[in-house]
Amino acid sequence: MTAMDHADYPQDTNLDDAELSRRLTRLWASPKGLIGFFSTTDHKVVGRRYIVTAFVFLVLAGLNAVVMRLQLAQPDNDLVGPKLYNELFTVHGTTMMFLFAVPVMEAVAVYLVPLMVGTRNIAFPRLNAFSYWLYVAGGAMLWIAFLVGAAPDKGWFSYAPLSETQYSPGKGVDIWAQMITFTEVSALAVSVEIICTVFKQRAPGMSLDRIPIFVWAMLATSFMVLFALPAIMLASTGLILDRLVNTHFFDTLGGDALLWQHLFWFFGHPEVYLVFLPATGMVSAIIAPFARRPIFGYLAIVLSIIGNAVLSFGLWVHHMFATGLPELGASFFTASSMVIGITSGIQIFCWIATLWGGRPVFKTPLLFVLGFIVIFVIGGLSGLMIASVPLDTQVHDTYFIVAHFHYVLIGGGVFPLLGAIYYWFPKITGRMMSETIGRWHFWLAFIGMNLAFFPMHLLGLWGMPRRVYSYPADMGWGTTNLIVTIGAAIFAVSFLVFFWNALVSLRSGRLAGPNPWGAGTLEWAMSSPPPPYNFLRQPFVTSREPLWTEPGVLPVAEGLRVDRRELILSSVVDGDPIQIESSPEPSIWPFLAAIATTVFFIGSIFTPWAVVWGTPPIAVTLIGWFWPKGSKEEVD
Amino acid sequence: MSLGKPCGATPRVAIDVSALPTYSFAHRSLMWWGTLGFVSIETAGFGLAIATYLYFAQKAQTWPPDSPPPDLLPGTVLTVLLLLSLIPNQLIKGWARAEDVIKTRIGLVIMCIAGILPLIVRVFEFMALNVRWDTDAYGSIVWLLLGLHTTHLVTDVIDTIVLMALMFTRHGYEGRRFSDVYDNASYWDFVVVSWLPVYFILYWFPRLVS
Amino acid sequence: MISIAANHRLPVTRCRTFPMLRKSLAKSLGFALTAMLCLPLAACGGWQSALNAHGPEAERLAKLFWFFTAVCGVVWLLVILALGWALFRGTRRTSAPNDPVLVDPDQERRSAVAVWGLTAASVVVLVVFTLVSFFASRGLNAASANTLNIEVTGYQWWWQVRYLDPNPSLTFTTANEIHVPVGRPVKVRLVAADVIHSFWVPNLAGKLDLIPGQTNELTFAANRPGVYRGQCAEFCGLQHAFMGLRVIAEPEQDFGAWRARQIQPARQSDDDLVRSGERVFLNNGCILCHTIRGTTAGGRAGPDLTHIGSRSAIAADTLPNTLGYMAGWIADPQSIKPGNYMPSVPLDGGDLNALVHYLEALK
Repeated sequence: MTAMDHADYPQDTNLDDAELSRRLTRLWASPKGLIGFFSTTDHKVVGRRYIVTAFVFLVLAGLNAVVMRLQLAQPDNDLVGPKLYNELFTVHGTTMMFLFAVPVMEAVAVYLVPLMVGTRNIAFPRLNAFSYWLYVAGGAMLWIAFLVGAAPDKGWFSYAPLSETQYSPGKGVDIWAQMITFTEVSALAVSVEIICTVFKQRAPGMSLDRIPIFVWAMLATSFMVLFALPAIMLASTGLILDRLVNTHFFDTLGGDALLWQHLFWFFGHPEVYLVFLPATGMVSAIIAPFARRPIFGYLAIVLSIIGNAVLSFGLWVHHMFATGLPELGASFFTASSMVIGITSGIQIFCWIATLWGGRPVFKTPLLFVLGFIVIFVIGGLSGLMIASVPLDTQVHDTYFIVAHFHYVLIGGGVFPLLGAIYYWFPKITGRMMSETIGRWHFWLAFIGMNLAFFPMHLLGLWGMPRRVYSYPADMGWGTTNLIVTIGAAIFAVSFLVFFWNALVSLRSGRLAGPNPWGAGTLEWAMSSPPPPYNFLRQPFVTSREPLWTEPGVLPVAEGLRVDRRELILSSVVDGDPIQIESSPEPSIWPFLAAIATTVFFIGSIFTPWAVVWGTPPIAVTLIGWFWPKGSKEEVD
Repeated sequence: MSLGKPCGATPRVAIDVSALPTYSFAHRSLMWWGTLGFVSIETAGFGLAIATYLYFAQKAQTWPPDSPPPDLLPGTVLTVLLLLSLIPNQLIKGWARAEDVIKTRIGLVIMCIAGILPLIVRVFEFMALNVRWDTDAYGSIVWLLLGLHTTHLVTDVIDTIVLMALMFTRHGYEGRRFSDVYDNASYWDFVVVSWLPVYFILYWFPRLVS
Repeated sequence: MISIAANHRLPVTRCRTFPMLRKSLAKSLGFALTAMLCLPLAACGGWQSALNAHGPEAERLAKLFWFFTAVCGVVWLLVILALGWALFRGTRRTSAPNDPVLVDPDQERRSAVAVWGLTAASVVVLVVFTLVSFFASRGLNAASANTLNIEVTGYQWWWQVRYLDPNPSLTFTTANEIHVPVGRPVKVRLVAADVIHSFWVPNLAGKLDLIPGQTNELTFAANRPGVYRGQCAEFCGLQHAFMGLRVIAEPEQDFGAWRARQIQPARQSDDDLVRSGERVFLNNGCILCHTIRGTTAGGRAGPDLTHIGSRSAIAADTLPNTLGYMAGWIADPQSIKPGNYMPSVPLDGGDLNALVHYLEALK
């Protein structure tokens, strides 16, 4: 037991705002220079890096798609041969799903969730830093492999036995499987952080029924990650073991090809909801301020989000309707795939009701939300079609499916994400994005996307299968493919417009105040960008929209030390403050641990002995990470 | 505009938290929830691995297809050792909550031994599986299951050793250290309990179905 | 209620924006809808189209598709109209100077009724979809007494076709081209030799996978004579794109005649060119992979060529079956289908010419 009580240390109670701000800035600011770059534990810095890196991967994967579309624009084309084309679509899908779609949603959550719940940092900030470096390492490994010609080329779902050594010699598939390990460890870590932040680090008074819907969405998403990702980790580990040490999980010498599909899709179906659920949270976050009223049906939406999360685990067999499963079992999955339409539908109805009862403000964020509704509903409805087993036997593995999932992922994921960027860019950077360029961006994206992907429904019905590097001229698919390619080009250009807007706005956008949109949630309480310590004093919350409830006044809590990093822990359900937690200082160990882990993972693609010699360095870095420094943060 | 001032909104102090404790135990602490998160991940992993085992079993004509079931002795000895280790584990939880430095140190030494002994037996267990990982699907999943649990065991034993070392330094007197010990002990409960279904599947299931 | 401080209010653009937006929104929606509606009209034609059904299974599935599309189209339209209506009503709301808008209990009640009602309607639609789908699948895959039994084995990247019969002397093997009698159910046993493939002839039936380690069965029938193209529909490697097949439905008599010819071993020819072509075949590596019944060639790695001359296409429905294309294929298979397992066998012009004449004579 220590001699001094908490109250004996310097507190924030008797300081004025300016002095408090100075002292907290000294405490919480990330160190400068190279060491500072690698040792920061500020969730905002890590979150920004994550978002930018994810968009880099989006561009890379998008370039793959441009080449693919150029190849398919004409029948019997020879721009790209089968090996390169197979690598292109594999790396495209893998990058989009594992390196862009899920990470970018997690990244936005890493940035926003602590601000939205009124705390100073994310839970386990060093783990957060570690997860970012691991993510970058995994993505870099995949793309370096692609650039040196060792890319995987068996599709983003790498079906066995095609992905076994016998049919896929070389290291491509191993690299694919191990990249999964990198990104999944990273995602699992972030999910644990988000759950702990949301459960334990909410500002005092923020009971569970007062948290923003985006936070609910990220909470549900994080729980899904905990239960879905172990499936793909098991599958990819089994595949690496099959290829490296001759186990027989999925091969033709005693293994089971369908087992791969079951494990993959048990992960793979929730995976797409890992993209969609955060997007619904973003939509709810945007609609409220842009309808100038609280969201309609908070409870219904929250229950729908949770329902979506749970139900998503009961759908996976609908990816396997063509494998010859027993009819009754398959029909169960038709029913469950239909039921999830209800939980998505309820949210859409509530959003429309919010707009109906509000006063819409037609700025770019709302445009993207409206675009989302138009496009996503098409995708959701085509989803109902393919939920039908017999119907799916015609369109499975054709361009109809390609159309469907791009409609739901772009409509239901990318459009809300773009709206979210326009919405929160002022908070992150302190400047507004250009409305004019924003409108150009929106219309180019909307038109390009529909022109590119709607005709794909027809191509699929007309018999064009997926993952084909070319097609005969007499199939009659040539003109439609050309239209698709043109649409894809327009859609690609829309991203250039978007990046242009971001760069121009960063340099000379209108300065945003703390709350340029007049929103009601806590991330808008402080300056734009927020100070390193997030809140001068942590807020005391009494409603769902704290900034709308007591306009002009923000109730706060005081009593934290100003000589070490502290934040308040609350009870899980009611948000009653129960403990003061000291928050970790910047540390280089997460980065070093990420390096050690990277060496371990990459080594084990080449030899099982890597598991042996790769473990001690990781152990050393982890011990360095967790060994207390005897600094103030540790003394209680 | 001064950075950090909540522009347009004046702060009104509503509560004072200075008297709150700076560490707590079990579900009141942050680390406990982090540990619970990792427990969930591992439960899902083990659950799916066992499901994979059962998937292979229901497909096969005979089970095990081509080998005798693993020898009972090493696995059962290990199970007994793990179950016995639960006793000092509950004691150490109480000592940690009481923030008793001496007893916690002793308890951690015992738990280190209680963790290393099963690891030694685990070596014999691998040798007594009666099948290689590359024989067939049965061999592959058996080795994977046992391997997963071994990784589990090894990481928690290393954790316990590091915590024990910490406990013998000046850091051993800090309140949050006792909370860490409590969390580590809770996690050990999970390591033992999660072994039981794996033990049943590996050793008794093949004997029951053949 | 006090109104919120000045710096939380947004610039007033709402009333001016909406009519502009509404016009351009309506214009582009109208254009898009027209374009989308026109395309399906061009849809029904085309071979290998699921909408161009020539068998009872495919017909049932096409009807199911149109039913789903019609209902989904109406639902989408209703959602968009509801959204447009909500935005329209919302922008009319200039009454309250408050910002944010006060939540009006009557409006909330109306919204609650609307949301409950739409949810209930959704449940009805989904139940209907589920039931219609379930009953549609019940009628498929029905065999009968005079079912024709075929076994198809998928290889990277071609289809081995075996016609089965209780009488072993009536079984025979061919590749990539399946003849069926019009009106009779055909049951196809699907076996995978290497990786997962998928058997798909959209004009006739939905697809079914060929999975190593298990056997699947698909039953279909053709309503009228015709040529129907199919294609592998599960990514299987480098030449997945060109793993095509052809189903030729013909009247019972013609089918019987075709079958009788296929059962025969290769005829010995009188023609010198053809005979020298046969020698070229037997003296080069061809026999390592291919079978020609009636000769010593018994390789099983590649398609059976006993009646290759009778097929309408070669290289798994990639090239027309003519002398010229056959010669081009044999001379350099890798440039036509890069990555496929047929090596280039170097032959001089004379040998190649004789060889293709021999193969084309194998009718």
